Amino acid sequence: MSEHESNEQKHERGNSRVITRLLASVMLMFAFGFALVPLYEKFCEITGFNGRTTNTASQTNEGMNVDETRVVTVEFHTRVSRGIPWEFHPEVRSIRVHPGEVKTVNFIIENRTDKAVIAQALPSVSPGEASLYLNKTECFCFEQQPLAAGERAVMPMQFYLDPDLPDRIHRFTLSYMMYDLTEQGQATANLSE
Amino acid sequence: MSTTVSDTHSAHDAHDDHHDHKPTGIKRWLFTTNHKDIGSMYLWFSFLMFLVGGSMALMIRAELFQPGMQIIDPHFFNQMTTMHGVIMVFGAVMPAFVGLANWMIPMMIGAPDMALPRMNNWSFWILPFAFLIMLSSFFMPGGAPAFGWTFYAPLSTTYSTDSTALFVFSMHIMGMSSIMGAINVIVTIMNMRAPGMNYMKMPLFVWTWFITAFLLIAVMPVLAGVVTMVLTDKYFGTSFFDAAGGGDPVLFQHLFWFFGHPEVYIMILPSFGIVSAIIPAFARKPLFGYASMVYATASIAGLSFLVWAHHMFTTGMPTFASLFFMYMTMLIAVPTGVKVFNWVSTMWRGAMTFETPMLFSLAFVILFTIGGFSGIMLAITPVDYQYHDTYFVVAHFHYVLVTGAVFSIMAAAYYWLPKWSGVMYDDFLSKLHFWCSLISVNILFFPMHFVGLAGMPRRIPDYAIQFADINQIVSIGGFLFGFSQLIFLAVALKCAFKKGKPAPAKPWEGAEGLEWTVPSPAPYHTFDVPPKV
Ligand code: HEM
Ligand SMILES: [Cu+2]
Repeated sequence: MSEHESNEQKHERGNSRVITRLLASVMLMFAFGFALVPLYEKFCEITGFNGRTTNTASQTNEGMNVDETRVVTVEFHTRVSRGIPWEFHPEVRSIRVHPGEVKTVNFIIENRTDKAVIAQALPSVSPGEASLYLNKTECFCFEQQPLAAGERAVMPMQFYLDPDLPDRIHRFTLSYMMYDLTEQGQATANLSE
Repeated sequence: MSTTVSDTHSAHDAHDDHHDHKPTGIKRWLFTTNHKDIGSMYLWFSFLMFLVGGSMALMIRAELFQPGMQIIDPHFFNQMTTMHGVIMVFGAVMPAFVGLANWMIPMMIGAPDMALPRMNNWSFWILPFAFLIMLSSFFMPGGAPAFGWTFYAPLSTTYSTDSTALFVFSMHIMGMSSIMGAINVIVTIMNMRAPGMNYMKMPLFVWTWFITAFLLIAVMPVLAGVVTMVLTDKYFGTSFFDAAGGGDPVLFQHLFWFFGHPEVYIMILPSFGIVSAIIPAFARKPLFGYASMVYATASIAGLSFLVWAHHMFTTGMPTFASLFFMYMTMLIAVPTGVKVFNWVSTMWRGAMTFETPMLFSLAFVILFTIGGFSGIMLAITPVDYQYHDTYFVVAHFHYVLVTGAVFSIMAAAYYWLPKWSGVMYDDFLSKLHFWCSLISVNILFFPMHFVGLAGMPRRIPDYAIQFADINQIVSIGGFLFGFSQLIFLAVALKCAFKKGKPAPAKPWEGAEGLEWTVPSPAPYHTFDVPPKV
């Protein structure tokens, strides 16, 4: 009988050890799910996986050779977030550049509502890999754009391509999605008025 | 596996306990910690959910019987597809497997009960509440969730109604239930095996559930995390999946499918175990390649973590990533092929008979393999651009889920019903159920391949006129299949009310395993004294 009991106790001890480990794994996997968020961000930043570009200005192309032997076509694509009556388009649909050469493209936005708004553009590059070689020295997407009712604005974007851009990329698309941040950006709006 | 057990002994114990520890009436079911009671409750619950989810499917098929909008409006249609998917996955298939695990694992390894009986009671009883919460969302303004069982952001964040909060909450509860169930299975298998029942002697159903439980532990917490992120994105101003706030909607899909692909193996590995028990019994030969079955199951489980992005080819991945996920997916076909090969080899030159459990298992092997083939087609990145989000996908996952998972559950039910109830099921009705199901399920799902290839999208309440004929056939198959399941209800009720020939302890001549050494019906308590294996 006493042997039976000690067996039982051994069982209990064995159980609680396994349970503790399993519960720890559950916690770990829950944390892992959240850890994937910054990991994914970092991964995309390094690999260009999701085509996001940095939203800070790059250094100028000083000291960089312009590679005149190659021409790359950059296409521009613009969209306004669903249901918002603004007009937003680039002055040219695409341009051809040599890697290393600085170009400026103007984008035009028009607020077709009778309210002041704050707009924010979000860039994305496809194929994503090209985003690693796209350097913007100036871009409207770096900051929010306050627009008065009915205002029309011309917004410049200046960029060059890193000559290290792989040979196989001849063409890529830079896309801008324009979001309405009026609610979130109210504080800034009041300042600029 | 040779087994000797003192029948008289366990029968005697059972007799005592029958009178001592079994409360009656509703209290028995509310407070039970008995693995057999809990197993039965899981099984009945899952069958109820199967009927509820099935009714929703029939609503979908009724609307799709003709092109144009006839019966339900598009928003309600989307609620139907969403709730049908959620209920079938989390309410029908998963609880059915947990019910089978509860009933069979202790009896198969010679344990008196599950290791954590009180937690077992909890993990069952929170489930009905989870589904009550989920279903009550139909009565909210805007109705139930309508974003698909995959709840992709931004559909579930920016564009969803307030029922999302109920959806998230009930997913949390279901997740907790699954995790508790998985912990129980693992602890039971690790610590409660009868002396001599070492790991490589365990029946394959136990093995496959053991591995499934680890998959559950690994991915259910990730699902809990994703639904939490959806909740905070929608209500608390975070931007995990909102590009405007610095997040990324594609991240949602990565997180969801990191859970989602292992989830599909959670729904099929226990089936492999069931079929691996039934085919040897009716082919009267030991299972061919037992060890390779164990290793194949483990490698499928391992690989299932490396293939998630095959659901996301069209989101535009770098070529290298596409190729990686394509080849990893195809690699899974290898251990799966090993399994199919082993089942066929088990039957080869066996003395086969075709009782109902065997019929369902044979149908499983053939039809699941068809689902596997369409899966390989979908894994080919360039052609997935054509197949993605069409009815071809619907055909694929119903072949693996309905003629795979559900058929194996039916096979298991027929195989073990005599053990559970103590009476043989009605043979005529069971055969009728099988043939009606087999024929109608193919009328229902096979033609979906063709409309899918022709370009009919999934999750759509209306379609182009040229798809009308096939959709009509599919809908007829749907109603036939749905109503055929009522035959199973009749069979199960007859057994529950003990209407039938008394079953011997071992009704199947070729069956192996400890569960057949105890009398039928299995006494309330079995293996209080561990059997010798
Ligand atoms: C009576 C049998 C069934 C019928 C007639 C049926 C029919 C359907 C239909 C018509 C759809 C919607 C397709 C669409 O419009 O996109 C669907 C979706 C789905 N079904 Fe079934 N089904 C049945 C059983 C099952 C079972 C047993 C399972 C799971 C084990 C299942 C899992 C799913 C899933 C996961 C979806 C996807 C839901 C979504 O798009 O979010 N179905 N089914
Ligand atoms: Cu998958």
